[in-house]
Amino acid sequence: MSAKKNPKQTFEESLKRLEKIVEILEQGEISLDEAIELYEEGIELSKFCGEKLKTVELKLKKLSKNLNGEFEITDLETE
Amino acid sequence: MDQRGRKILSVSELTQLIKYSLENAFPHVWLQGEISNAKLHTSGHFYFTLKDEKSQISAVMWRSNLTTLPFVPEDGMKVLALGSITVYPPRGNYQIDVVELQPVGIGELQLAFDRLKRKLAAEGLFDAAHKKPLPEFPERIGIITSLTGAALQDIRTVLQKRFPAVEVVVSPVRVQGFGAAEEIAQAIEEMNRFGEVDVLIVGRGGGSLEDLWAFNEERVARAIYASRIPVVSAVGHEIDFSISDFVADLRAPTPSAAAAMVVRDRRELLEVLSNISYTMRQAIADRIQHLRDRIRHAVGSYSFNRPRDLAREYAQRLDELGRGLVSAMNHRYAMKKHESAALHHRLEGLSPLRVLHRGYAIVRKNGAVVARASDLKQGDQTKLQFYDGTVGARIDEE
Repeated sequence: MSAKKNPKQTFEESLKRLEKIVEILEQGEISLDEAIELYEEGIELSKFCGEKLKTVELKLKKLSKNLNGEFEITDLETE
Repeated sequence: MDQRGRKILSVSELTQLIKYSLENAFPHVWLQGEISNAKLHTSGHFYFTLKDEKSQISAVMWRSNLTTLPFVPEDGMKVLALGSITVYPPRGNYQIDVVELQPVGIGELQLAFDRLKRKLAAEGLFDAAHKKPLPEFPERIGIITSLTGAALQDIRTVLQKRFPAVEVVVSPVRVQGFGAAEEIAQAIEEMNRFGEVDVLIVGRGGGSLEDLWAFNEERVARAIYASRIPVVSAVGHEIDFSISDFVADLRAPTPSAAAAMVVRDRRELLEVLSNISYTMRQAIADRIQHLRDRIRHAVGSYSFNRPRDLAREYAQRLDELGRGLVSAMNHRYAMKKHESAALHHRLEGLSPLRVLHRGYAIVRKNGAVVARASDLKQGDQTKLQFYDGTVGARIDEE
């Protein structure tokens, strides 16, 4: 239920959940306690999404393979 | 010279002579013909035959020259070759060492393009049903292009502007020249084995049909078709279509456009987010207001207030009763007080002492009241009591 419980949270999941929360809240068919719990979760999610959108630096990587033939993601040196 | 004066050459000597004269005679020749027996050797060198209706000549293109070749030469293709004639002494044959190879006109490439397009279409590689939707919010974007081309910079610029919260993973490949198609196809396959990207952009900036040719190769088309990761084809200028455009899940007219297609604009998303926050706050505020109204309503209701009203009524009643009691008591007290005052008054009127005010006096002899004159004789000592005091008196005469 809580947003904090998912360590590998994606923007997409968060936004979807947020939209769901708004929908439930607007229908108003749940108890006040539940509504407040959802609202708090929504605030957390909205904070997470907001932070994500405020990211300014694009990460540029390169796909390569190491000596064991395993994939490696390395920083791409840019000119 | 032999004894009979004949000049006799060894095979090698003759071959050397031929080699010398031929190679000097044709150091640089433009040759037009049709390719046949095309064969790419494992060494990387390309062997083929150039022919016309009547003649043919062996041809070789060394690996180092192949890298700049914009297309894969196929049997039946009409080409213009630049090269030099060389003689290979061990086999005693001559050939042309090709350094540059061009299709004759665009026609040839166009024919190859149309051929492949028809073939792949017939196989269903372009079917809409096969196309995968792009993820709405990719976290990681795979890009297959050249590290040095404009495409990567363009994609980067657009992503940086629109949605920088993503990770770009580049798989560098050559995007033109012989072998480029193979590299592109392999990179697509590698990305799929790696599996940790949400969408792939495959492409390069604009160029001539030859420059873009790698994206018209069957090898690339099949790799795109087989990709489990959605592929956006982003090749060249807006007007050109490549085979990869048809087979990809989405065709972008340019690399910049591809970048804009895979991510949403963050300004737009920030707005969405702020709307969501507002709606959420509003929903809760409405909810609370609604409950507040209900509480207010309940508190104001008749039944809720009945016990209190009853209590108030009783209290009022009690007050009233109390007040009545006090006033009744006061009334009674005043009446009794009045009665007692009247009685007192009457009592006072009856008192013998009262008569003394009017000038009477009480005569006492030896403390007893003397009521008749005959009780007194000359010389008796008496006391006369007036209203304001008592004096002594002696009787003078009887």
